[in-house]
Amino acid sequence: MTFAANFSLVLPEVILGASALLLLVWGAFHGKVTPLFTGAAVLALLGAAVAAVVGPHGHAFNGVYSADAAATYAKVAIYGFSAVAVVLGDRWLAVRGDQKFEFAVLVILSALGMGVTASAGDLISLYIGVELQSLALYVLAAFRRDDAKSSEAGLKYFVLGALSSGLLLYGASLIYGFAGSTRFADIAAVGATMAHGAHGTGLLFGLVFLLCGLAFKVSAAPFHMWTPDVYEGAPTPVVGFFAAAPKLAAMMMFARVLGDAFPDSVAQWRQILVITSLASVFVGAFAGLAQSNLKRLWAYSSIANVGYALLGVATGGETGLHSMLLFMTLYMVDVTGFFACLQALSRDGRPMETIEDMAGLVKHRPGIAVAMTAFSLSALGMPPFSGFWAKFYVFGAAMGSGDVLLQWAAVLGLVGSVVAAFYYLRLIKAMWFDAPAGAVDKPQPIARAVGFVAAAFSFPVVLVALIWLDPAARAAAAAFGHA
Amino acid sequence: MIGLSHYLVVAAILFTIGVFGIFVNRKNIIVILMSIELILLAVNINLVAFSVYLHDVVGQVFAMFVLTVAAAEAAVGLAILVTFFRNRGDIAVDDASVMKG
Repeated sequence: MTFAANFSLVLPEVILGASALLLLVWGAFHGKVTPLFTGAAVLALLGAAVAAVVGPHGHAFNGVYSADAAATYAKVAIYGFSAVAVVLGDRWLAVRGDQKFEFAVLVILSALGMGVTASAGDLISLYIGVELQSLALYVLAAFRRDDAKSSEAGLKYFVLGALSSGLLLYGASLIYGFAGSTRFADIAAVGATMAHGAHGTGLLFGLVFLLCGLAFKVSAAPFHMWTPDVYEGAPTPVVGFFAAAPKLAAMMMFARVLGDAFPDSVAQWRQILVITSLASVFVGAFAGLAQSNLKRLWAYSSIANVGYALLGVATGGETGLHSMLLFMTLYMVDVTGFFACLQALSRDGRPMETIEDMAGLVKHRPGIAVAMTAFSLSALGMPPFSGFWAKFYVFGAAMGSGDVLLQWAAVLGLVGSVVAAFYYLRLIKAMWFDAPAGAVDKPQPIARAVGFVAAAFSFPVVLVALIWLDPAARAAAAAFGHA
Repeated sequence: MIGLSHYLVVAAILFTIGVFGIFVNRKNIIVILMSIELILLAVNINLVAFSVYLHDVVGQVFAMFVLTVAAAEAAVGLAILVTFFRNRGDIAVDDASVMKG
């Protein structure tokens, strides 16, 4: 393959890398954030998404990078949600008179990292992608540097994120040593021949470390402890971003590593994933019961939802990964919409972040109250909202796998979602039936619009969207295992 | 004769010290940054040892990437630490508890 042909495969990433550098120079010389600047950042992200769709498929740079249907699917979602995050973050910072051009650049750089991980065909490209994504996210968490909570969130995220990168890297080094290659296709070939020999044990040892590192990134229990603190401390639009695109990117890493590099060790990694998945579901459900801060509450909700997505990965194969991709896509819309609504609301200029603040919201802001009700019902899995369809696919894949372990996991996961229903319903009750806690400021129009669009997607647009999303996710899931 | 396993054991010990340094340390965040470096360097020993053992240069390339990223990571970490210090006037681990949990 010629050098130019390689570059045509990585065009989305080239666009993002070049525009991040250009915007950095633009910002450094110009200093002020103008609508034109934010528009250019959004355009770069959308352009990269378009390039991913229309670009050719294949393996670039000797297989370290694969542009296939799965990468395309993930990149469209990741870049799209990053573009929404740029707009929301810009508005949020504008209200506080604290606009900085670095925000858009950091979001683009982290999106670039996520795109690389979604296309990784090699442990080195996986690691570089993870780090590029994480380093930008650490800074985003600490973006309000005069705020004690924000800098503490950044610090906690950094320390635990660096530890998780270390675990991931140690696993990668062991896999490299025992497989003799960092390329996923070669690792899969080694795994196929000696899954149970001495090399098999060494490889599995490395895989466990790698999975621990990935579980940190995706905030699955027992590696979830950073999530509530980071979500509470980080700026609200940043939290909305954290809960959406990076989660999908980390899930893509799970799918890449397990589907492309370790397809033959499914019996071994399935147990690990089922345990983390159930632990996440129950930690998310029970620990969420005690929370009154909405950002912490949705941190636990995201832990629980990651558990369901991991059940899809644990099922493996085309149906399992298909259900995971659909689940994550639908969840991303919900969570982005919820945090957009949270961002839109304020009382006397102060953000409304606790359940008590939401009391009687329907009297003052009926539209936002309805939207947040839709997100809560969707996250708890109530039909006909999108969250129900997401869980429907995941549980359907697990039940249809014929593996008793997965079937029990699906049943227990259902129990977990019933427990979690309590806190979603508590929020709904506060919004609809409690005495109003006072007048609410005029909402930010753009954040509110994003919330309304996401709520409309949650129901009824999802029913139409699934007609198109379902085959797209199925084609994406079929692409794994051909590294 | 020093063989592959000796290097792996050294790397494993350094890695464990690094991980414990993060969890057991209750005093200073700078020590945590040092522990993170220790973890990354333990991985580098692993990679280079495997690279020599396998007669494959990829491991050393990987080690170069890790070194580069470690430098970037330290820069970002120290920058966040400076903002934290400005807000608190202290960098003791126990102070990082405005938020419970």
